[in-house]
Amino acid sequence: MNSAAPAVTTVLPIKPTKITCGQATQIALDEALAADPNVIVFGEDVADPEGGGIVGMTAGLSTKYGNRVRSTPISEQAIVGAAVGAALAGMRPVAEIMLMNFMTVAMDMVVNHAAKLRFMSGGKTSVPLTIRTMSGVGIGAGGQHSDMYEAWFAHVPGLKVVVPSNPADQQGLLTSCIFDDDPCIFVETTMLAGFKGEAPPRDHRVPLSKAAVLREGTDVTLIGYGRPIHDALAVAAKLAEEGLSVEVIDLRTVMPWDEKTVLASVAKTKRAVTLHEAVKQFGVGAEISSRIHEELFPVLKAPVQRVGSMNSIVPFSGPLEQAYMWSQASIEAAIRNTLGSKT
Amino acid sequence: MARKNEYVAYSYLNCEENVGSGLRGGINCVTSPNRQGAAEWHKLGSGSGWGMTDARERTNAEPGKDELLAIYRTASLIKQTDEVIRSLITKGQLHANYYSPRGQEIVAAATAAHLRPDDYVVTIYRGLHDHLAKGVPLRLLMAEYFGRVDGSCKGKGGCMHITHPESGVMVTTGIVGSGMPIANGLALASQLRGDGRVTVTNFGDGATNIGAFHESLNLASVWKLPVVFLCQNNLYAEHSSLEMCTSGEIFERAKSYNIPGVRVNGNDPVAMFVAAGEAVERARAGEGPTLIEARTFRFFGHNFGDPSDYIPKDEMAAAIAADPVPVLRARLIADGMASEADLIDIEAATRVEIDDAVAFASASPYPAASEMLNDVYAYSLETA
Repeated sequence: MNSAAPAVTTVLPIKPTKITCGQATQIALDEALAADPNVIVFGEDVADPEGGGIVGMTAGLSTKYGNRVRSTPISEQAIVGAAVGAALAGMRPVAEIMLMNFMTVAMDMVVNHAAKLRFMSGGKTSVPLTIRTMSGVGIGAGGQHSDMYEAWFAHVPGLKVVVPSNPADQQGLLTSCIFDDDPCIFVETTMLAGFKGEAPPRDHRVPLSKAAVLREGTDVTLIGYGRPIHDALAVAAKLAEEGLSVEVIDLRTVMPWDEKTVLASVAKTKRAVTLHEAVKQFGVGAEISSRIHEELFPVLKAPVQRVGSMNSIVPFSGPLEQAYMWSQASIEAAIRNTLGSKT
Repeated sequence: MARKNEYVAYSYLNCEENVGSGLRGGINCVTSPNRQGAAEWHKLGSGSGWGMTDARERTNAEPGKDELLAIYRTASLIKQTDEVIRSLITKGQLHANYYSPRGQEIVAAATAAHLRPDDYVVTIYRGLHDHLAKGVPLRLLMAEYFGRVDGSCKGKGGCMHITHPESGVMVTTGIVGSGMPIANGLALASQLRGDGRVTVTNFGDGATNIGAFHESLNLASVWKLPVVFLCQNNLYAEHSSLEMCTSGEIFERAKSYNIPGVRVNGNDPVAMFVAAGEAVERARAGEGPTLIEARTFRFFGHNFGDPSDYIPKDEMAAAIAADPVPVLRARLIADGMASEADLIDIEAATRVEIDDAVAFASASPYPAASEMLNDVYAYSLETA
């Protein structure tokens, strides 16, 4: 970052000690825009006249930074395409695709271009863009506003995929994505937008591809990311009362993921459970599980278990939506499965 | 077979009365589309006495002798390079999925005449003419076609993805219509930086029916981006004719987005030079985008090896008879702008350059397998 950058006047009126995930995004964007004139922000309704983002994550930025922060037409191909082009020209665009389901409209730009242009140009060009998008179940938004498609993007070499679980990480990971030289898909969780946590210091950065061990344990390793991590921590606390020791790893970056930390942990605990909000089939958990089996089969004491949402469409009706989702009960059951001999 | 989209333009190449009386480019403006013609576009040049209708006087914008010779030099380079590439493929000495631009040379050569080295170009799989016109070094280009390590993209992109930022060629895409959204981003960077660069994005008639075209024209207009949307309308989208799959006039679609749209005979170096010059000037002056529909034709089908059975034989024959490169060549001599000997010199020097590039490419090694680990991310996967 430019060391000669002017002091940041945050768009938040006072620098709070606790912030929400939504405010974390706002602060990270504010700091990045202040630090580097190459940072630009655009997406549907992100400028102040249009409301500063549907949940206010970009509020105040267009007023402060002028035409570097722009609202766009509802044109996802044009939004991501413009981000790819600006990135090729050396800028650091942060494009917002309001909801992750809308990413499907821009897949050509993401998959065929953002991900591949560095390689196909033999390293002559690069695409340092960040796409912020939001999703998640639990708000009754139904089948086209709730999906977690991080596995789609993790399956494309050249992309980085990040899913934060708390405000400090959301701020630190977003800042790292913006100043990273590769295209990053930054997935914010709708249900965490108002989730409060400790406010990190200024210019807080969390390194990409570095997992966080949120709770140390010796009997089983639980590997997850995003919102379900909070359920994993609750289950781990509950099982600790029975004397079961669960190590909880927040992957934070889904791709390229921190294999080293995960494999070292499972080599120690010899049991593992994967956990994510997305549907279980062909999910990120399947890849992690496979890698663990490939590398650690001789020492594993049980097959790796996977927890995710049901192989179905996100339903509208509240009870159905709850039935679709992962749960603390399903996490606990999976852990107990791996510990069969201990229960 | 009369085409629905008949084209009339006052043209250097087809107006007998214009010989020796100064050159004028002809364009159709979106505000006054000229639909009074009776012949098919590729019969232009047959000397059928086309008159100027609604074309504005653009004497100062017309190319002079030096510009026309430069356009010929570029067109000849493209034509000869294409001939060599097709020959190498036919002889089994080059394995490439190749999309020949033969027949479209003038569009690229006359447009590039207005571009600065640092202006951006985005183009498509049929892009050889755009690459050469913008100045991608022939050795690097040929080595990339051969998949060698000295290619412009280390052999990792190939002929469909030529990239050479030093000459402003930022993206060559294999996905129809995908260049336009990206061109907007390059232009957005120029607009924010005030660097005066112009971005030209090339695409075919087929690309005007994909959503990205419409999203891009709209955004470029809303943000007044310095982009030239250059539709090289060769009348066929892969194997499908313009009539079959394109409703209305391509250049008139610009009107919906409140940007100027012009149709021009892309095979006419004067008309093409004038239209491109005006669009580039408008973009550079911060006045926003332009859509140019440049009528042209391709002689070797969609991809090389395509027998083009879907193109009526008389249409193909007429197009080849009006081959714009020899037409320009003959005209340069007829108008006393160059002698036969001058042009032979140009062509011979070009041929030497091409032979050198082929020798360079053939001698270059293939990239090492370890190259697979590089350029996926900013760091090598080997060290990850």
